[in-house]
Amino acid sequence: MIARWLSASLFFLALLAAWHFAVAAKFWSPLLLPSPESVFDYLRSAVEDGTLWEATLVTLRRLLIGYSIGILVGLPLGLLTASSRWSQDTIGVLALGLQTLPSVCWVPLALLWFGQTESAMLFVVVMGTLWSLILATDNGVRTIPPIYTRAARSMGSTGLHTWTHVVLPASLPFLLSGMKQGWAFAWRSLMAAEIFVTILTGFGLGHLLHYGRELNAMDQVIGVMLVIVVIGLAVDKTLFAPMERFLHRRWGTGRQ
Amino acid sequence: MAESNHATADTGSSKLVLEHISKSFKTSSLNVQALDDVTLRIAEGEFVCLVGPSGCGKSTLLNIVAGLDRPDRGLVEADGQTITAPGPHRLMMFQEAALFPWLTVLGNVLFGLKLSNGLTAAERQEKAEYFLELVGLKRFMHSNVHELSGGMKQRVALARALAPNPSVLLMDEPFGALDALTREQLYGDIQRIWSQHRKTIVFVTHNVREAVCLGDRVILFSPNPGRIREEFAIPLPRPRDINSVDLARYATEITRVLKGYVQTEVAG
Ligand SMILES: Nc1ncnc2c1ncn2[C@@H]1O[C@H](COP(=O)(O)OP(=O)(O)OP(=O)(O)O)[C@@H](O)[C@H]1O
Ligand SMILES: [Mg+2]
Repeated sequence: MIARWLSASLFFLALLAAWHFAVAAKFWSPLLLPSPESVFDYLRSAVEDGTLWEATLVTLRRLLIGYSIGILVGLPLGLLTASSRWSQDTIGVLALGLQTLPSVCWVPLALLWFGQTESAMLFVVVMGTLWSLILATDNGVRTIPPIYTRAARSMGSTGLHTWTHVVLPASLPFLLSGMKQGWAFAWRSLMAAEIFVTILTGFGLGHLLHYGRELNAMDQVIGVMLVIVVIGLAVDKTLFAPMERFLHRRWGTGRQ
Repeated sequence: MAESNHATADTGSSKLVLEHISKSFKTSSLNVQALDDVTLRIAEGEFVCLVGPSGCGKSTLLNIVAGLDRPDRGLVEADGQTITAPGPHRLMMFQEAALFPWLTVLGNVLFGLKLSNGLTAAERQEKAEYFLELVGLKRFMHSNVHELSGGMKQRVALARALAPNPSVLLMDEPFGALDALTREQLYGDIQRIWSQHRKTIVFVTHNVREAVCLGDRVILFSPNPGRIREEFAIPLPRPRDINSVDLARYATEITRVLKGYVQTEVAG
């Protein structure tokens, strides 16, 4: 455990050192590649004056609301497409088609429909999450060995009980990977939306990134990028990784 | 309506009635007549063993009695009621262990108990532990399913099927994956449970000795199409010991008949 931590920290320290020396050797103009120290300075000042904290909160709030809507709508729709031929031919096909659309493509539409509002942001996040979640749920439900539902039915499970107590838990591994993918898509679409659209109701991380570029403040651009990466990692490690560990332990899958 | 009344009157105290059951499966490559005009009556509290070569429709028959599949033709009744869906009084123990991997061993046994109403949480827990103890797996109640061996999984499936106290137990080669010792122990257990709780049991096996040891009747099936070939009553006293000489005599006789028609089938 300690050895793992140590080797990982060494790796990232080496990366930082390489960055530091690359800047010191002046391969690139310091305008294009700022030193780690100046990025750190930016982050410290942005934390101190509160802008970073506020932008992070604004972004995470949008992400959480949009993602939750995406899941709350996508999960039942996925169950629906898996259980009826008609909804498979309609909603299923729609989801399959729209899922191939890069989520940034929703931004122009969102602007036209909702203007420069919070709703536009949420719309983009929901569109990013929804379709992949429908597909993952649908796929998960279809992959369940029929013996599980037969066994449950023979013990007297019917209708809603079968869905909540057998179909959903049996497809958990697929649902989780769908939720992970949905999260990644939500994150991406929100950043795209924030970079392209200025919104008066809240100043998110994407906006910070955008203004960093406008002001040619490379330390800000890279600093914000780092924050985005760290948030992504933290969510994975605190939210998805424990669920995955639980699933692996229960199902006996994964590498031991 | 008139017809089902007629059937009930005419079958008397039969727990399960199967009349002229046919079922075929059409797949893209093949059309299989899994069951052809099968008629069978099983009395309340009877222990019936179904024996026959692989593919003669034994599992198909159990699925129909369980209410999981419908026959193409024919009538299936339990307690005088036409079977149209699974019911809590007929529990099925599948050929492959159909345990739920998202639940622990205990959770699996509790699953059926929670669906059979009228028990408090404490009573369910007590029952689940009792039946896990019975199959010798209480120690493993908090284990995950994938941590058990094949035979242990079958024993959990047995506990899961017994726990809700169904009046009819449908068992599809339940002991196939067990070692001889555990098997013999379970023969004793199952006979005890059966006689104490007056269950009706339909038991599928490939093992003729096992069938003779457990059954009041042994029913021989033949494949292509799946039909009942012959019936043997086994009037031996209980509890029966699988190693007894009397039992071996019956088993030899049945095996001889079974071999006979399997061979004529191959020759013809
Ligand atoms: N779902 C299905 N689809 C197509 N064919 C099926 C299906 N289920 C069973 N069959 C066919 O029906 C026949 C009877 O199958 P069944 O499983 O009832 O046999 P069995 O007597 O239980 O055999 P075994 O002793 O090997 O378990 C077989 O020929 C099988 O191929
Ligand atoms: Mg079978």
